Amino acid sequence: MRGLTTTIRSLLAAGALSAGLMAAPAWSQEETIKVGVLHSLSGTMAISETTLKDTMLFLIEEQNKKGGVLGKKLEAVVVDPASDWPLFAEKARELISVNKASAVFGCWTSVSRKSVLPVFEELNNLLFYPVQYEGEESQRNVFYTGAAPNQQAIPAVDYLMNEEGVERWVLAGTDYVYPQTTNKILQAYLESKGVAKEDILVNYTPFGHSDWQTIVTDIKNFGSAGKKTAVVSTINGDANVPFYKELANQGIKAEDIPVVAFSVGEEELAGLDTAPLVGHLTAWNYFQSVDTPENAEFIAAWKGYTKNDKRVTNDPMEAHVIGFNMWVKAVEKAGTTDPDAVIDAIIGVSVPNLSGGYSTMMPNHHITKPVLIGEIQADGQMETVWQTSGLVVGDEWSDYLPDSKDLIADWRAPLSCGNFNVATGKCGGKGIN
Amino acid sequence: MGRSAALTVLAFLLTFLAAFISPASADEAALRATIAKFAQAKNFQATESVVKELAAAGDPAVEKPLAALAEGDLYVRKSDAAVFIGRESGQAVKLADPLTGAEAGEAAKSEVTKVRVNNSLRRAIREALGSLTLGAEDPAARLAAAQTMFRTPDPDAIEALDAAIAKEGVASVKTALEQARAAAALASDLPEADKLAAIQVVAARGDRDALSLLTGFQARAEGPQKEAAAAAISTINSSLAIWAAGQNVWYGISLGSVLLLAAIGLAITFGVMGVINMAHGEMVMLGAYTTYVVQNVIRTSAPNLFDWSLAIALPLAFLVAAAVGFAIERGIIRFLYGRPLETLLATWGVSLILQQAVRTVFGPTNREVGNPSWMSGAFELGQLSITWNRLWILCFALAVFFVLLFVMKKTPWGLQMRAVTANRRMASSMGIRTPWVDALTFALGSGIAGIAGVALSQIDNVSPNLGQGYIIDSFMVVVFGGVGNLWGTLVGAFSLGVLNKFLEPYAGAVLGKILVLVLIILFIQKRPRGLFALKGRAVEA
Repeated sequence: MRGLTTTIRSLLAAGALSAGLMAAPAWSQEETIKVGVLHSLSGTMAISETTLKDTMLFLIEEQNKKGGVLGKKLEAVVVDPASDWPLFAEKARELISVNKASAVFGCWTSVSRKSVLPVFEELNNLLFYPVQYEGEESQRNVFYTGAAPNQQAIPAVDYLMNEEGVERWVLAGTDYVYPQTTNKILQAYLESKGVAKEDILVNYTPFGHSDWQTIVTDIKNFGSAGKKTAVVSTINGDANVPFYKELANQGIKAEDIPVVAFSVGEEELAGLDTAPLVGHLTAWNYFQSVDTPENAEFIAAWKGYTKNDKRVTNDPMEAHVIGFNMWVKAVEKAGTTDPDAVIDAIIGVSVPNLSGGYSTMMPNHHITKPVLIGEIQADGQMETVWQTSGLVVGDEWSDYLPDSKDLIADWRAPLSCGNFNVATGKCGGKGIN
Repeated sequence: MGRSAALTVLAFLLTFLAAFISPASADEAALRATIAKFAQAKNFQATESVVKELAAAGDPAVEKPLAALAEGDLYVRKSDAAVFIGRESGQAVKLADPLTGAEAGEAAKSEVTKVRVNNSLRRAIREALGSLTLGAEDPAARLAAAQTMFRTPDPDAIEALDAAIAKEGVASVKTALEQARAAAALASDLPEADKLAAIQVVAARGDRDALSLLTGFQARAEGPQKEAAAAAISTINSSLAIWAAGQNVWYGISLGSVLLLAAIGLAITFGVMGVINMAHGEMVMLGAYTTYVVQNVIRTSAPNLFDWSLAIALPLAFLVAAAVGFAIERGIIRFLYGRPLETLLATWGVSLILQQAVRTVFGPTNREVGNPSWMSGAFELGQLSITWNRLWILCFALAVFFVLLFVMKKTPWGLQMRAVTANRRMASSMGIRTPWVDALTFALGSGIAGIAGVALSQIDNVSPNLGQGYIIDSFMVVVFGGVGNLWGTLVGAFSLGVLNKFLEPYAGAVLGKILVLVLIILFIQKRPRGLFALKGRAVEA
């Protein structure tokens, strides 16, 4: 059996390799700056990551129209890691060593990010990671443009607690690192707010779980204890559709038991009959429905680029927009694409985000963002019902976990440390990972 | 253009006339003044206070604007801050008067803003509407009002409820009203005897809502009331425990029916023919995508046929999947009979090719397959809630199974299939063209997988990965039930479904799945041929 899996794996790798070669751009005479795009175009994660690849191509094309960077054109190098985590590391190495990429934009799942971390450290290159994640990490070569838990999960819980008066909590998630860490943080946070242990129900399901009958009944029963109940969902990807369908079929309405989801965006809703979901909540840092001139301009340009009037935009796309513009600005500030120079130059760089403000790269390699709570509408869009009054700084080491509350990250000299323990005064602390 | 202008004028005249004929009472003017405040409400709290003010007027006329608000259909015209009920049609919004519902012309979407609602506002509206519709003509509306009032008990409503109970003629509505009154009594400061009686009324309801209400009451009650509530809670709990077991059995059967559907095609290709077909899941996926295409065509060309879309998709899905299956058998598998490892690898490759092909053609994102109206929602059977889509899938799975059984046992083609399986050389000497029987058998198995895809598109994502989720489960069912035996597949699917659902509440979904797998491995150690082993010389070989 072992031999068999290896064979299948190498077959897969060969397929992905040839796909990657085919996707590489045509030979060009002019000297260009290479930008690596490391997103799965096949396999399970293709559903989410293909859009991000398109976003990068779109951003690079727009930048080239403006004359490129440092007088040179940008050139995208697209590879396909095929939703295979070890292959992510191989492909990252290929992008940096073979294709000589100056920076890489990519990864979606935390496990893929963890798999490429050592490569970026070893070859000293830049990775811009655009997806909300569980925190508990800050690495010199990585820039986290998605939300940390305090930029998504905690404000969402605050909203439910204060505006909806929720007292009982179901934390439902898919069984992997992001939901588990997020739920640990949330549990600690809720307990610090005086929620009793028996008022929290934690539930994990496998990837792609499709039979939600028992769990939805459990939620219904948990919700009939005389206290207002809400579900905080870190259910990932495909499993969401049957989950919401089952909720609707069993007659659970958003007014009775609202579900706030951290992984459901416009892209996921595009393949769904949204009628049963109306009123359920999502927490993100960007919605397509955000009413600002910057956003309207971006959506129009995106629809023009994809030649598809129905293409939606979503939060990780905005994160790539911010990350890419920050990189361009930092390269121009440093006058070179040399990673060390860019790492020093990018801290403090501010670029407009699409929700009408400015996002800044902080010394911990996380960015400032507004937090929006949206209600799902019948047309598959979110309508903002609440938002933080200002920008929230991404907190890499959670203040609610005993293991990580003393840790901070600051990549400026002289500290230059991603896990500095303020209690012991030493670099090299460990969170819960 | 001229026509729509004329219509607008007409609509205006009608509104004017309506306003003129019905005596424009001071009440209505006051209501209109209140409704106009929606335009000024800048946040949800402000909107909610306007809702409360409207509800306090106690006039049934406010039902229309409130219901529209709850649906998100209340608009403010930017030019004059007038409030309308709007219906979106294309880029325009059709406006109507909020109280009378008379047409009031159209406006472009950019000229109006929607009055925004959130969940707490929807709840406030539902409560307000509950007490307003207590005297409605329609018994269903009265029942809904009573049920809302049960869930949100309000001591001030007791008098209104008493009056409604006295008037009520329909028995089921009367019971609901009495329960709502009991709930309100528990929240009030009525004397103890009344409350004790109320506890009995609520306890008689016996469902989760009653439990929730009594648990809340018990926490703040004292003395005999607390005891009575505790006794009622334990009675409800013990009866709910029995229902919960019943509910589990139903969930198990329903999961079993999904497993049966997914596995039944494999019972032919793997069970009868012995081909390890890793591309089986992709046949299911092709069936689901056929449903998507059919629904798309129906949406654009014949929207009124939508409820029939699944019936139309069934034969097409069968043909598409069967054709692909036929091509796979003729093109690849027939060269690999008797070499299971190569077959496994080749069909695995085919499954990857099919997935990527679908991804290229339809895109990597999920495709929307709608539920026809008769497959949405649930009904209550005692304390069991049974969803329609699961019930229909169960019926469908059984129908497919018995049709297949008939084909295998009672038709000449089925006889040939079984003959080839039992002893290929003997069958060949009898004049059966075994290569064609192989091809057609494989096509039949694939086609059945295709129609399973039509049903599964109703409960799962239609994405290129759809089949991946079912392939392991399908093999598990067929191996557990006994290779080559259709009845084994049936029993295997249902027993695995029920087992899974009984483990899930105790072990959780992840561990539950692992436990089932471990149990199957142990079972296969004991009985390598599964539940119902085929006997015979050919099988031993």
